[in-house]
Amino acid sequence: MAKVKIAQYWGAGCGGCDVALLDIDEKILGVAEMADIAFWPIAVDTKLKDVEAMPDKSITLTLYNGAVRNSENEHVAKLLRQKSAIMVSFGSCACFGGIPGLANVTNKKDLQDYVYNTTFSTVNPNRTRPLPKYQAPEGELTLPVMYDTVLTLEDVVDVDYYMPGCPPTTEQINQFLDIVEKHVKEGAPLPPKGAVIASEKTLCDECGRTKEVTTIEKINMPYEIDIDPKKCMLEQGVICLGPATRAGCGAKCLDANQPCRGCMGPTAAVLDQGGSMLSALASIFRTADNETQLSEDDILELMTQIKDPLGTFYAFTMPKSIIKRKVKEKKAGVKQ
Amino acid sequence: MNMSSTQQEHQAAPAAAKSAEETFEPKILAFCCNWCSYAGADLAGVSRLQMPTNFLVLRSMCSARVDPEFVLRAFAKGADGVLVLGCHPADCHYIGGNYRARRRIALLKMLLEQYGLDPDRLQLEWVSASEGVKFQSTITDFIEKIREMGPNPLKEAEGEDPRGINASHH
Repeated sequence: MAKVKIAQYWGAGCGGCDVALLDIDEKILGVAEMADIAFWPIAVDTKLKDVEAMPDKSITLTLYNGAVRNSENEHVAKLLRQKSAIMVSFGSCACFGGIPGLANVTNKKDLQDYVYNTTFSTVNPNRTRPLPKYQAPEGELTLPVMYDTVLTLEDVVDVDYYMPGCPPTTEQINQFLDIVEKHVKEGAPLPPKGAVIASEKTLCDECGRTKEVTTIEKINMPYEIDIDPKKCMLEQGVICLGPATRAGCGAKCLDANQPCRGCMGPTAAVLDQGGSMLSALASIFRTADNETQLSEDDILELMTQIKDPLGTFYAFTMPKSIIKRKVKEKKAGVKQ
Repeated sequence: MNMSSTQQEHQAAPAAAKSAEETFEPKILAFCCNWCSYAGADLAGVSRLQMPTNFLVLRSMCSARVDPEFVLRAFAKGADGVLVLGCHPADCHYIGGNYRARRRIALLKMLLEQYGLDPDRLQLEWVSASEGVKFQSTITDFIEKIREMGPNPLKEAEGEDPRGINASHH
């Protein structure tokens, strides 16, 4: 019987996705039966040169987690794409850039200046920086080249399926592995290319909290109030990305009385998760009785309760947002 | 709607002696609400009020119909400035649409600033159906302001390699 061959690679991510694959309960025993592991740096000792020697498309399924942040991430993504029949963008970082994607508010130079010179505890008078190549007496040493902008997997290779989540849940992984196993063993059809292994609805649809269609006057930080576990987070003034976020995670954070931070990315109907959330949050503010007397400055003051719109609304999706990264106005004197 | 810079470059080609800055003609997108501002724009037109022509009007049913995503897409596709024009407070055809819009635009300006864009590239203004003159002055002043500001920096960033391997910028 044909065995599934699986590869998993860890790009610019935290490693949580690798753990998520191990964390699929007793099903993990079945995975060993059903699949051979072709490449998985965290778990097995296959080297890149072993992957290079494999025939094209010989790996059934690659689960690529992490964003693409340096030349090695991109090289391995392209190599695995060539060797794999199915390429899955696994986890929020691969799909949307994830938390590492927030580095797009800065750039490589500013970031390295900060880390290697500006921090209080750093002493680096020669302004030494990591070099991609270094001639040591023993021979040439190399390092991957860090990129200026954090990219997503689909920015560099063709992606077949997307499995968002930070990390993807056990249910999502099991559901997808079952589909692939049935495909390999029984010839069952795969989902259409480009499918997202999650729900088509918004998280609010999965969330069990009661919504009373009320409005708010004030944003509350989760630690400032006793959050009622039965009532909608937003209606309690706590910023919850549910209305702008794809369902499919089972609203686990909400069950733990924590607001959604949006790791499942935008819903099927929109491109920009932050834009949707901005719209939803601005609309839930109560219209004042003296609304006609309010100036635009009064309104701005009301909205500055939201301290960090970019970091809040795009916590997981900045590289996949419409604007993607921070830019610089050319003219001096232009407000920044 | 073609917001690419091709057309502008074609127009600017004969004046090659001038620098790009001197020949810069801003591209402006103006969202006008159906009930007030679009009628205001219409009045400005039939009254033959003179104003620069480098803006496009998009009619929306309400200023609150202008999804933040529309504005973000306009900037990503090369608009140098975006105007959102709606009914004066207390005049909204849908009672409170303009109140929603002003909250969204305020928050969106904060977001644009975090992205490094000048927040004044986005402006909300109230123009009623009888204010053809206000439409004219709003458009004229806004275009002049954007001309001072220079081109949308996203247009230039578009041509750069995001990897920045050989880049000398920043």
